[in-house]
Amino acid sequence: MKLIFHSMGKYKWAIFFAIFLKLVGTLTELVLPYILEHMVDYVVPAGKLGPVIFWGLMMFVAAFFCRQFNVMANRRAINNAHKVSYDIRQALFEKTANLSGTQFDGFGLPSLISRMTSDSYNVQTAAQQLQSLCVRAPIMLVGGVIATLSMDKHLALILVIMIPFLLGIILFVSAKGIPMFSKVQQKLDVVVRIMRENITGIRVVKALSKSDYEMRRYAVANKEMADSDIKASTIMSIPWPFMQLCLNTGLALVIIIGARRVNAGQMEPGVILAFLTYFNMITMGVMGLNRIFMSMSRASASANRIDAVLKTETDQNILSEDQVKKPEGDELIRFEHVDFSYHEKQEGTQVEGFAGEEQENALTDIDFALKKGESLGIIGPTGCGKTTIINLLMRFYDASEGAIYVEGRDVRTYDKDELRRKFGVVFQNDMIFKDTLNENIDFGRGLSAEDIRAAVEDAQVADYIDGLDEGLQYEASIKGANLSGGQKQRLLVARALAGDPEILILDDSSSALDYKTDAAMRKAIGEHHKDSTLIMIAQRVSSIMGMTHIMVMDNGRCIGYGSHEELLKTCPEYKDIYDVQMGSIGA
Amino acid sequence: MPGRGDRGGIKQKPKDAKGALVRIIKYLMQYKYLVLLFIICAFLSNLGNLLGPNFAGKAIDAASAGAGKVNMHRVLHYAVLMLIFYIGGGLLSFIVQIGMMRVGRRVAQNMRRDVFNKLMRLPVSYFDRNQAGDIISRVSYDIDVVSMSLSTDVVQIVTSLVTVIGSFVMMCTISVPLVFCMIFTIPISIWFTRHMGKKTRPLYAKRSASYGIMNGFTEEMFTGQKTILAYAHEDKVCENFSTINRNAAEAYRNADGLGMTMGPTIGLISNSGLAAIGLGGALLYMYRIVSLGQISSFVLYSRKFSGPINEIANIINEIYSALAASERVFQLLDQPEEAADIYGAVELEKAEGDVDIEHVTFGYVPGKTILHDMNLNAEPGQTIAIVGPTGAGKTTIINLLMRFYDVNKGRILVDGRESREYTMESLRRNYAMVLQDTWVFAGTIFDNIAYGKENATMEEVVAAAKAARIHNYIMRLPKGYNTQITEDGGNISKGQKQLLTIARAMLYNTNMLILDEATSNVDTSTERQVQKAMRSLMKGRTCFVIAHRLSTIQNADNILVVNHGDVVEQGTHDELMASKGFYYKMYASQFE
Repeated sequence: MKLIFHSMGKYKWAIFFAIFLKLVGTLTELVLPYILEHMVDYVVPAGKLGPVIFWGLMMFVAAFFCRQFNVMANRRAINNAHKVSYDIRQALFEKTANLSGTQFDGFGLPSLISRMTSDSYNVQTAAQQLQSLCVRAPIMLVGGVIATLSMDKHLALILVIMIPFLLGIILFVSAKGIPMFSKVQQKLDVVVRIMRENITGIRVVKALSKSDYEMRRYAVANKEMADSDIKASTIMSIPWPFMQLCLNTGLALVIIIGARRVNAGQMEPGVILAFLTYFNMITMGVMGLNRIFMSMSRASASANRIDAVLKTETDQNILSEDQVKKPEGDELIRFEHVDFSYHEKQEGTQVEGFAGEEQENALTDIDFALKKGESLGIIGPTGCGKTTIINLLMRFYDASEGAIYVEGRDVRTYDKDELRRKFGVVFQNDMIFKDTLNENIDFGRGLSAEDIRAAVEDAQVADYIDGLDEGLQYEASIKGANLSGGQKQRLLVARALAGDPEILILDDSSSALDYKTDAAMRKAIGEHHKDSTLIMIAQRVSSIMGMTHIMVMDNGRCIGYGSHEELLKTCPEYKDIYDVQMGSIGA
Repeated sequence: MPGRGDRGGIKQKPKDAKGALVRIIKYLMQYKYLVLLFIICAFLSNLGNLLGPNFAGKAIDAASAGAGKVNMHRVLHYAVLMLIFYIGGGLLSFIVQIGMMRVGRRVAQNMRRDVFNKLMRLPVSYFDRNQAGDIISRVSYDIDVVSMSLSTDVVQIVTSLVTVIGSFVMMCTISVPLVFCMIFTIPISIWFTRHMGKKTRPLYAKRSASYGIMNGFTEEMFTGQKTILAYAHEDKVCENFSTINRNAAEAYRNADGLGMTMGPTIGLISNSGLAAIGLGGALLYMYRIVSLGQISSFVLYSRKFSGPINEIANIINEIYSALAASERVFQLLDQPEEAADIYGAVELEKAEGDVDIEHVTFGYVPGKTILHDMNLNAEPGQTIAIVGPTGAGKTTIINLLMRFYDVNKGRILVDGRESREYTMESLRRNYAMVLQDTWVFAGTIFDNIAYGKENATMEEVVAAAKAARIHNYIMRLPKGYNTQITEDGGNISKGQKQLLTIARAMLYNTNMLILDEATSNVDTSTERQVQKAMRSLMKGRTCFVIAHRLSTIQNADNILVVNHGDVVEQGTHDELMASKGFYYKMYASQFE
């Protein structure tokens, strides 16, 4: 809720103006019936045409102004709400885009998506309603109470005593509603998650004829969401009948006690009738307040979910030079006794990490250095920590022990963009976005057409692109669905090469390529990116055997380091892999 | 009756508001007795709320007799009656409110179910064309709008109509000439509402669409967050999002900003009616056509009349927005489904595994042919390897075998019968496959392996895991087979995912097996073990293997070398090596 008010604060004058307009509009609206009553009670019986026309016209004028003020107020309220929701969404998107790996995993992708959408719409609606509903209800309530108090204090006391109770139940129930609506949103996360799973895995679902099973699985989540929504909304409906009960009992009491007082000569009879009118006003006011609070509790639940993301503090601060140790050498890339575990999770994260639970450390005592222009190949079983090295080098995570240096500076002292601009990288499971091929390669860096062309040629994807009618302007569809696995990988390599990076990282980026293409690509990289330092993670010995250094990993440790020839002699595991893969030459 | 509209492949024009309304009503009809009951309750509670003031008036009359003359008994009598009617009315309206809220949520639940079930029946190509985020937006946002509107609007519109008609009748009985003074407001209101509807409906449609675009963009960017960060691209992406966000916010402002003028304008019209009553009443009074008493009671009823009219204006506005949202839902429900099984399609029980591809031509887009006149014969138990440069059409062959797409020309035979003559489900059930994009879902490891086989026992799952050489790894996890995997399998590596899907395929005991680059991400030492397991799995089964590691496919009975959609060579490894053609060159290149 704080988030909503805080975001509205930026537009407080515009919002005050909208509320002011609404106030004027509401007052004109309340004046209208009085003019009519005045006409019927005094003007018409007098039977003079002049005053009748005057007051009649006054009514038209009042009605016209009433419309104008209300329309202006509504428009301004919506205009303000649209700005507020724009700001909140923009802040949320920017925050999410910059979350660290640990934080991102903690919230989970489907939940982040629904916070971005469904939750932001709830907040938007609240921001709008606050500006219009909040005017009428208090006017009615306060006006009614003052009017009754000024008429007969004894009778008014009955109402005044009741009001704290009424407000109490509103506050109590709406506070209860917040966690319940949070739960509804959580269930929505599940529904979204199952939908995403099925959309991304549709081929498997169909191949295994699991549609029925998935429908059942979805039905459960869908029902749970509807149930929790019904439960929360039912609780939310309780205050109103309860308040009606209170108010009507109060009214009955007013009539009965009023009758006694009239009978005793303590009160004028007309007062009771007037009381009835103002009583209706108070009822309307309470009803309005109730509506505000009930719709606010849904919005509040959503606002809290958004706020949880916005409040996430960056868990990776930029350190100053004197907070870190100096490196022991000035190579381009240095890992000094690096340990790392995914286990150190933040509070509030729910992921049960595999890597974290399985072993104490994802990396243990990794120590190596690469000079400019050298290359490193990393090979080892799945889950042995190869990708983790990249995650640490590019500072998606921070090392638990030891330090990592790029150009003689601890990576933690770099501004993140400054650090990452040195890299060109292809990840495992990397993405082609829905955009032109050109944009996918350029990726917002504003590279020259020559650079892109060179990258395309080095990545061996030029033939494919030249074969397209649109060439580089060809639109890749969502997640590159209209490209084959090999085309995607080559485009990703082109993206990495296009910026002519100081450090080039290829993480399993040739698995979908045939050997010939793979070899040609490596040759082109060797020729045209001599100055780039290359780190390549691969499954094939043939991909990395030409590298300056090769690291053999197992279980988070480095079990062999050296050139191809050295490793064949010193590292039995490496020789083993080599024999398996290359042994077929003579076969 | 229900579901007729969402079954057929009739393509409805978008922006068909009447059609959308009819279909929403159809959803509501499932609860017709409940809805009817609630409408009656709403009617009764309205009555209670009308009679309550009546008794209040009588009680006050009795109380106003003056000092010493008040009949306390009478006061008490009417006060209690008033209370009973008020409370009764309040209770009824409470029931109606909760009841309709439930109906609204259930309808939403049913719509969500229908959308999901529809998704399950859509062809794979639909998902290649549409963003996940946009599809999800239809389920999360659009259906929500419909549900909210159903919860409140249906009953309100009915009760408001009751009040409007009731007070109009009362007004007519009081004075017909006075009714003529204000009658002009009715056609103007109707005309204005319709006029506004024409203007706001497209704006609401635009609002829904732009929310869909925003959701789609968000989904894609969040999925690729790490890549974006790696290229320090986040500022540019945020900038792009800013445009999309602004479009969405402005679509909301334009739609709701215009929609929100409706209430006050209808207010102006009905207030003008009041003014006309004041003016006209005065004139009629001067000509002695109406009495003062008639005017004042007419005014009372006219206020009862105009109150709900304002309400109705707001409700209609909400309904317009719900209609626009529902059109997006129905548009999805109207997508052509996967080709239905042909008449008389037979169940493929347990295929022998004899597969023939005869003169098949295929392209995803008309005019862009990917496979040209392809032929292939696979005897039961044979291993067919498909090799070729990337983009040569290897994955396409799998898409056709599984009937994710249908051939343009030619035919595919399974056990001597055209595959289209089998029911789609039974055909697919006869293939086990491990795809290029490994797919795991949020759930335990056990669930993920047992996915293909319902009621699989722990022994079977363990056996499959052992065969896929992932058992030891699983046992090292603290919770073993009960370890949870997150969505997208973010907490396990690509290789482990692949082993899981291999285990899944092992458990799924069929005579035909498809391996699409299945081993490309498994490291070599694991692969050697998997190879052994695979070989035993492949024994006696017809296998289609797409892999780039030539060692994997050397033992194949038939190797198809595909290039540019044509089978350029065919034969065993030795034959192809001897002929020194395309295959030989590919093979040699791995040692360059």
